[in-house]
Amino acid sequence: MKSLQKVAAAILCAIFVLMLLATFLLPAPYARQFRDVPNAAPSSAHLLGTDALGRDSLSRLLYGTRVSLLLAPAAALLSTLIAAVLGSVAGILGGWFERIALAATDLSLALPWLFLLLVVRAMLPLDVPPFVSVGIAFLMMGLLGWQASVRVICAAARGVRDSDFLLLARSSGCKPARLLWRHVAPNLRPLFYTQFLISIPIFILTEANLSILGLGVMEPMPSWGNLMRGFEDFSMLLANPWRLVPLALLVIVVMCFQLVLPSQEVTQ
Amino acid sequence: MIRRAFVFFALALVFRWPTPVSAESAGQSGGELRFCLRGEPKTFNPLLVEEDASETVRYLTGGVLIRLNRQTQALEPGLAVSWKVSDEGRKISFRLRSGLHFSDGTPFTSEDVAYTVKALMDPQLHSPTGDSFRSGDGQVVVHTPSADAVIVIFPAPVAGLERLFDQVAILSAHSPKKEMAVLGPFYVADYAPGSYVLLHRNANYWKKDKEGKPLPYLDSIRLDIQRNRDIELLRFRRGEIHLISSLDADSFDRLQKESPAAAHDAGPGLDSEFIWFNQVLSAPLSDNKKTWFRSAEFRKAVSMAINRADLSRIVFGGHARPAFGPVSPANHFWFNSALSVPQYDSAGALRLLARAGFRFDGSTLRDSSGNRVEFTVITNSGNKSREQMVAMIQQDLSQIGIKVNLVTLDFPSLIERITRTYDYEACLLGLVNTDLDPNSQMNVWLSSAENHQWNPKQSKPATEWEAELDRLMRAQSSATTDKKRKADWDRVQQIVADQRPFIYLVNKDAMSAISPAVVGSAPSVLDPHAFWNAEVLRLGPDPALGAQE
Repeated sequence: MKSLQKVAAAILCAIFVLMLLATFLLPAPYARQFRDVPNAAPSSAHLLGTDALGRDSLSRLLYGTRVSLLLAPAAALLSTLIAAVLGSVAGILGGWFERIALAATDLSLALPWLFLLLVVRAMLPLDVPPFVSVGIAFLMMGLLGWQASVRVICAAARGVRDSDFLLLARSSGCKPARLLWRHVAPNLRPLFYTQFLISIPIFILTEANLSILGLGVMEPMPSWGNLMRGFEDFSMLLANPWRLVPLALLVIVVMCFQLVLPSQEVTQ
Repeated sequence: MIRRAFVFFALALVFRWPTPVSAESAGQSGGELRFCLRGEPKTFNPLLVEEDASETVRYLTGGVLIRLNRQTQALEPGLAVSWKVSDEGRKISFRLRSGLHFSDGTPFTSEDVAYTVKALMDPQLHSPTGDSFRSGDGQVVVHTPSADAVIVIFPAPVAGLERLFDQVAILSAHSPKKEMAVLGPFYVADYAPGSYVLLHRNANYWKKDKEGKPLPYLDSIRLDIQRNRDIELLRFRRGEIHLISSLDADSFDRLQKESPAAAHDAGPGLDSEFIWFNQVLSAPLSDNKKTWFRSAEFRKAVSMAINRADLSRIVFGGHARPAFGPVSPANHFWFNSALSVPQYDSAGALRLLARAGFRFDGSTLRDSSGNRVEFTVITNSGNKSREQMVAMIQQDLSQIGIKVNLVTLDFPSLIERITRTYDYEACLLGLVNTDLDPNSQMNVWLSSAENHQWNPKQSKPATEWEAELDRLMRAQSSATTDKKRKADWDRVQQIVADQRPFIYLVNKDAMSAISPAVVGSAPSVLDPHAFWNAEVLRLGPDPALGAQE
């Protein structure tokens, strides 16, 4: 392991430890409002200052990290799995199956998901506990976020379809399931990693948008997404640059994920 | 006859008969005021106005018989020099100004007023403005005894009749330009859909300033159509527009930091934010929640446990005031000043709840059956201040052991729940109030009304106090004197304060942005806040903001 990878792994470990121990490390409950000091600058009492309602920003960041880092990768994993299975099978089998799979993907891409999500929200009962609401939001993201990846993976699988090693495996009587699992998947694995990594920040930001529709993480629970909702006010950011910490953390985490993975796996 | 005609011609030559000028040919170097409409105007017919953009155009172009002064809140003569309400509010007689002309030069007479009133009350036209005048079955009769006198007789008394004419822009009965011929300070000269509405100075406008100079001072007003409020603010900061009539607290604070002279806070406005509990009997809620929500003690306790001062200070940055009830203190005449100031008292709330059979064990509130008191508040998604208010209410009510959840919904879903399915527990919304008169709130307080949100469309009043509200609202709407109406409306406000069907939270300040280049501005708490006196506005040189071209 290269030193850069070691550093990245150490950072990720540190973030995950902080995330898991957040309950014990929080300087204050994440929902508690210190109403005398709204929008406060960093101080010894509030290391990252407070938000518009006077809530401790560090507490909210630590707790929000837990929500986002547990659920966004889970949703990314789900969508990547769906894309990997569908894209690989379509690419390897080719023919009518590929055409139908890609047509279904295109159709799915063309659907107005926003309205579907609104319908889902309208059908959900209002008294769903916040944790369940968050789980549903990320589950929906996982189930609905696979289409773009399918096209990429299918194109790569099509390239593998005519390769010599696959021809050899076929001629030696290898069954389709084994062919996919032992020969195709390992060759497409870097692509799966890439799609997975790309999806994480996308889902974190999608969650922020879903919050606006009443589908994501609801007040007072924090997440990276709703912590970053305040970024729309650019002049406020210039005056209070410490508010950018959630974004910096997101960038660091995504970069670390990319560095930790073996370079040939990602950039093959 | 020939001789009489000759004399007439000779007199005309000698005295130079004051012929109307074409508005298009008149010019005065007053500059061009620019600001934004937040949507496309759906109509230029002043009788069909329903939304803000059309209302702005109507306000700037329409000539009205009686004008409500947005600052003093008093009625002032417009096209009518004087007026008299009689026959217990059924009849109003106007004496009109003589010698006036529409923007296209067509003379203004009592026939135009009669034509306008008939059009206004025509059931085929479905005029939203006309709805306010419909007091009973029967026809509205209009008499025009002379060119400068009009008598309008309604089938039943209309409360606050004269005030309603502030919304009625007079149309021309004879002009070929129809509703585009106007009597207001400006007329619509150009309209590019999706882009702008250009208003030019009406050279035939009747009003003059103290020195006898004709108004308005401005040559034109350009109304750019811009839905995005951030872009609107950015354009103001760049000096591309001269004013923003309505600002939220965040934008106001940002602007005040950059250019204090341009940010104007006129004080608490008429708009209010409030929360209510679903009291619909058929609502799909558990029985214990229905019992809580229908308990006046429960509602009053929740109201007492909400810290309104903190809401005003934190959510609105101090640009709001704790709300007393359905009428803002900004409404000088109709506000009931005897109402007590809403107090934050969580200990008092707990005492009230204990009397109502609730038990507080130090962290959790339970009802007499042992159910934990918990409810969900819905509000419209994307509204940051409302989400923040609920977050603060969550903490306030947690002090008395009540757990509050927040769910934000897109507006159509929210409306569906509060008007059709009644599948919600509590809701936080706001009311934009543009009218001072209590009659404008009939559709809220009558138990049969659709906007009686906590329990709408009742076939008969569900409670005694709602029956009393019905009686008082009907009484005030048919009372002939303002004194009697005020007494009834004060009682309505008192009942609302006692029963808290709506828990009023704050009255937001009326904030606007006006470039220092605009001379003569006097922001008001009433709409339109920043340009209600557009006829006396003019542009001066200002290098920083809004410089003239």
